[in-house]
Amino acid sequence: MEVSFDRHPDSYRHWKLRVDGPVAWLEMDVDEQGGLVPGYELKLNSYDLGVDIELHDATQRLRFEHPGVRTVVLTSAKPGVFCAGANIRMLAASSHPWKVNFCKFTNETRNGMEDATEHSGQAYLAAVNGTCAGGGYELALACDRIVLVDDGSSTVALPEVPLLGVLPGTGGLTRLVDKRRVRKDRADVFATRSDGVKGKTAVEWRLVDELAPRRGFTEAVAARAAELAESGTRPRDAVGVELTPLRRKATADGIEYTHVTAAFDRSAGTVAITVRGPREGAPSSVAALHEQGASGWLLASARELDDLILRLRTNETELGTWLIRTDGDPELVLAHERVVLENAATDWLCNEVLHLWKRTLKRLDVTSRSLVALVEPGGCFAGVLLELALAADRQYMLDGPPVDDEDSPERASVTLSRANFGPFPMGNGLTRLRSRFYRDEDHVDRLARESDRPLSAAEADGLGLVTEAPDDLDWDDEIRLVVEGRAALSPDSLTGMEANHRFVGPETVETKIFGRLAAWQNWIFTRPNASGPDGALRRYGTGRKAVFDRNRV
Amino acid sequence: MPEKIDYDDKIPNNVNLSGDRRLQRALEGWQPKFLDWWGEMGPTLRTNGVYLRTAVAVGRDGWAHFDHVNVPDYRWGIFLAERDADRRIGFGEHAGEPVWQQVPGEYRADLQRLIVIQGDTEPASVEQQKLLGLTAPSLYDLRNLFQVNVEEGRHLWAMVYLLHAYFGKEGRDEAEGLLLRNSGSPDAPRILGAFNEETADWLAFYMFTYFTDRDGKYQLGTLKESAFDPLSRTCEFMLKEEAHHMFVGTTGVDRVVTRSAQLVRENDTLEIGACGGIPLDVIQKYINFHFTVSLDLFGGETSTNAANYYTAGLKGRWQEGRRKDDHRLTEGGTVLEKPTADGTWTTDEVQTLLALNLDLRGEYIADCRTGVKRWNRILEENGIGFRFSLPHPGFNRAVGLNAGFRVTPDGTIVDEATWAANRRKWLPTTEDLAFVRSLMHPVYERGRIASWVAPPVNGVNDKPFDYEYVYLP
Ligand SMILES: [Fe+2]
Ligand SMILES: [Fe+2]
Repeated sequence: MEVSFDRHPDSYRHWKLRVDGPVAWLEMDVDEQGGLVPGYELKLNSYDLGVDIELHDATQRLRFEHPGVRTVVLTSAKPGVFCAGANIRMLAASSHPWKVNFCKFTNETRNGMEDATEHSGQAYLAAVNGTCAGGGYELALACDRIVLVDDGSSTVALPEVPLLGVLPGTGGLTRLVDKRRVRKDRADVFATRSDGVKGKTAVEWRLVDELAPRRGFTEAVAARAAELAESGTRPRDAVGVELTPLRRKATADGIEYTHVTAAFDRSAGTVAITVRGPREGAPSSVAALHEQGASGWLLASARELDDLILRLRTNETELGTWLIRTDGDPELVLAHERVVLENAATDWLCNEVLHLWKRTLKRLDVTSRSLVALVEPGGCFAGVLLELALAADRQYMLDGPPVDDEDSPERASVTLSRANFGPFPMGNGLTRLRSRFYRDEDHVDRLARESDRPLSAAEADGLGLVTEAPDDLDWDDEIRLVVEGRAALSPDSLTGMEANHRFVGPETVETKIFGRLAAWQNWIFTRPNASGPDGALRRYGTGRKAVFDRNRV
Repeated sequence: MPEKIDYDDKIPNNVNLSGDRRLQRALEGWQPKFLDWWGEMGPTLRTNGVYLRTAVAVGRDGWAHFDHVNVPDYRWGIFLAERDADRRIGFGEHAGEPVWQQVPGEYRADLQRLIVIQGDTEPASVEQQKLLGLTAPSLYDLRNLFQVNVEEGRHLWAMVYLLHAYFGKEGRDEAEGLLLRNSGSPDAPRILGAFNEETADWLAFYMFTYFTDRDGKYQLGTLKESAFDPLSRTCEFMLKEEAHHMFVGTTGVDRVVTRSAQLVRENDTLEIGACGGIPLDVIQKYINFHFTVSLDLFGGETSTNAANYYTAGLKGRWQEGRRKDDHRLTEGGTVLEKPTADGTWTTDEVQTLLALNLDLRGEYIADCRTGVKRWNRILEENGIGFRFSLPHPGFNRAVGLNAGFRVTPDGTIVDEATWAANRRKWLPTTEDLAFVRSLMHPVYERGRIASWVAPPVNGVNDKPFDYEYVYLP
C-alpha cells in the first residue's frame, strides 16, 4: 500500500479545523471506520498514521494559511473523550518498521507543534475534555498549556507500561520530566498506574497546568485561549499563503516534482535525489515573495523535499541509501535565501519559510537511511542547500571536470553563507557545522570567514567540508564502491551507527525523544515481552495476560 | 479532642471496627462528609421517624431489626457475608488458588476502579430519588422509598469501607470523590449515564427499582465471584438488600398494572387517564425506556476490560460456580448480532472471553422477562387483551454495537425519519411524563392510597397496610 501525505481540511476525516480570529480550534473527531489500513476500529479518538497525517497537515496550514492565529486550541469533538492514544490493535498488527516509522512521524508532528509555539507565536493549548490516555496525553504534553476538565473522574494517564508493556514513546516520558519538570518519583508512580491522575493532584504534580469546570468548559478554554492570544506576536491582519496541492508524478521508478526528483534503483537499493535550485532571480522584495506564495522557490522546494522524505520513509523501506545531488546556480540560491534571512525577524512568511526548511532538514537528520551527498559540477550546494550535504553521513566532491565532458571548464563548488551558521539548528540545538566540528569553535569561525564565495574541491577538502574529493577518473568507481559497500552492511547497525554519529554534543528534549526514548521503545517493541505471541502488546485485547521473561536485561 | 466514640454502637459492623485504628481514622474523616451529603442530596422530605429495617448483624436475627428511626440517625453499618475459610478462586488464570484477603499490587488499580464504579452508582440513586418523598402514594410506599435510600447509603458505606480498608490514601480520596460527583450535575456527574437521569415520578421509581437495581444485582453477582474475598463477601451481603429493592420494583409495577387493569375493566376502555389511572401503553413506554437505559449499564457487547478482569479473577460471570466449562474461556466463541448500515442484521463470532458483558446482559434480560410475564398475567386475569413486552436489545441504545443505529422495539433497523415519526409511540413523551406527574399527589393518611396504584397485598414485617409507617411532623 502506498501512503500519501496529501490532505486538505475540506476532506479531513478525523479533525475539524475552525479559525476564529486569533484563535483556531482543532477538534479531534476520529472516524472509527476511517483507519488507514483495514483490521481495526479507531474507537475513543484513538489514532493511526492517517489521523496523524491530517494533524500534520493542519499544523502546517495553520502556520502558512492562518498567520493571524496566535492560539491553537487542541481538543476533542467527542463528549467525555479527549484521545485514547495510538490505536493498540493497529500497533499490535503492524510490522516493526511500520511502528517505528509511525512513531517517528508522530514525534515530528508534536515537535512541530512545539516549534510553532516557540518560533511562530502560535501557541498550542490542550483542552482535555475527558479520557486522555497514552498518546492522547502525549499530544497534550506537546502543547504549551494543558487545561483538564475537573469533573471528578477525567484523568490524564500514561498506561503503556502497566497495560501494554511498552513505553509512552511519543515523547511522553521525556516531556514529563524534562519539559514539565515532573519529579521523577511522581513520574514513576504516574507512568506505572493504568488509571491515571485527576483533578488537583494532576495540577500539583504538574501533569496539567490548570483545571476548568465541566460546565462552561468550552467558555473557560475560549477565555484562556483569548488571553494567550493577547500576548502572541503574530500579525493581526496578515494574509495567509495557501499551500496549494503539490505537483507530483509518482511511478514505480521514481518521483518527480517541480524542483525535486527522486530516481529509484531497486537493484542497488538507492534513491538518487536531486534538488534543483531556482531558475529565476530572487523576488525583489518581501511583498514579491508573498506574491509568489506557495510557488516561491524556497517554499516550494522545502515542501517537495519534505513530502519526498515522508514518502520514501513510509513507502520505500528497502531503498537504504539516498544519494543527494543539487542542480542549479549557487548564486541564485544565495539570492533567494537572502530575502528570507534578512526579513525573517519582521516578516511572518520569511520566518515560516526558514522554519519549514529547518524542520525538513531535521527530518533528514532523523531519517534511518544512509545519506551520501554527491557534489558535482553544475550543482548548487550553497547556503541552505549546503545543509543537505552537511546533513549527509558522507560528502563526496568531484575534483575535476564533469565525468562525461572532460573539456568542460565547469567545476564543482560549495558555498558557505550565513544560512550555515545559525538559522537551521539540528535537534541537538547546534548547527550542522558546529556538530561537524564539535568543540572546535576556531574552525567554525574560520569557516565563517570563507563564506559567500564558491569553494573548490581542494578548498572544501582542506576545510573539512567533504569526506573525499576524487578526480574525474576515479569518481565513478569511487562512488560505486561506496554505494556497494554500504549496501552490504547490516541495515540495523547502519541505522544505529548513523544516528549516533549525527547527533554529537548536548542532549535536548528532541534528541532524547529520537535517541533515548525511541531507541528503548524500538528495542522493547521487538522483545518477546511485548511482541512475542504471549507478550503484552500482542495479548492486549484478548483478555489474556502477558507472560514475561523475568530476566532483567 | 473528639470524644471517644463507641464505634460498634454507632456503626454496626462485623469487621472489628473498634479494634482497627486505621479504619476508624478513615471513617472519622468520612462520616461527617457523608452526613453532609445526606442532608444536602438525600431525601427532601422531613420526617419524625420511619419504620426501617436496620442490619445489626449478618445472621438471620441481625436482619430482622425493625424500628422507627429518625433517618439522619440511621445506623449505617458495615457488613460482609460470613467468611468461608476454604474459599478458592473459581475462574481465570488463578482458578483453584486460595482467594485473596489483601489486594494484590498487580490488580490494585483495576480493583479500585471496579469498586469506585460500583460505589458511584449507590448514592446516585438516592440523589435521583431525592424529591419522590414529596409525592408518595401512601405511607407504605414512602417507607419503602426510605428503606431503599438508606440501604443504597449503606451500599455506599460498603464500598467506602473497601476503599478505606484496602486502598490507602488513594482509596480515601476516591471515597470522598463518591460524594463529590452528583447525579445530573453539570460539573461533576455520576460516572454512568443512567445514573444521571432524573427519577421524576413513582412509576419511574418502580421501573428503576425493577430494571436498574436489577442491573445492580447482576453487577454485584459478578463481583461476588471475585478472588478478592472482602469484595466478594461485601457484595454477597449487598445482594440481600438489593433483593428488597427489586421487590419494591416488582410489586410496585404489579400494583400499578393491577390498578390500571381494574380501571380498564370498570370503565370498559383503555383510555383510563381521565379516571386517574395510568394507561397501559404509557406503562409499556416506561418499560421500553427503563429497560434500555439499564442495558446501557452493561457496557459494550464486547469488552477487553471485562475479559482482563475475568482472566485476573477480579470479576466473574453470573453464577460462575454453576457454569459447566473450564472457567478460563481461552477457547470458544460466541455469536453476536450486529446491525448493519443497509438495515439488516448480521452475525459475528467473537471470542467468548471478550463477550462477557453480553453474557451477563443475556442473564439479565431473561430475568426481566419474568417481570413482564407477571404483569401480563394480571392483565389476563382481568380479561384484558393488551400485553406488555420487552423491546429488542438494540432499541434506544447509547452504548455498544447498536449505538448510532435506529432500531424499533421489534428489532427492525429503520432510518432517522421513521424513527422520528414513531418515537412518540415507543418512548414516554413530554405529555406522557407530564400526565403521570399530574397524578403524583402525596397521600400521607394512614391506610389510604393514591388513585393510580393498588394497595400492597401485605404490609411490612407483618404490619397491616394502615400501620403508621412514617411519622410526619
Ligand atoms: Fe445498591
Ligand atoms: Fe439498589
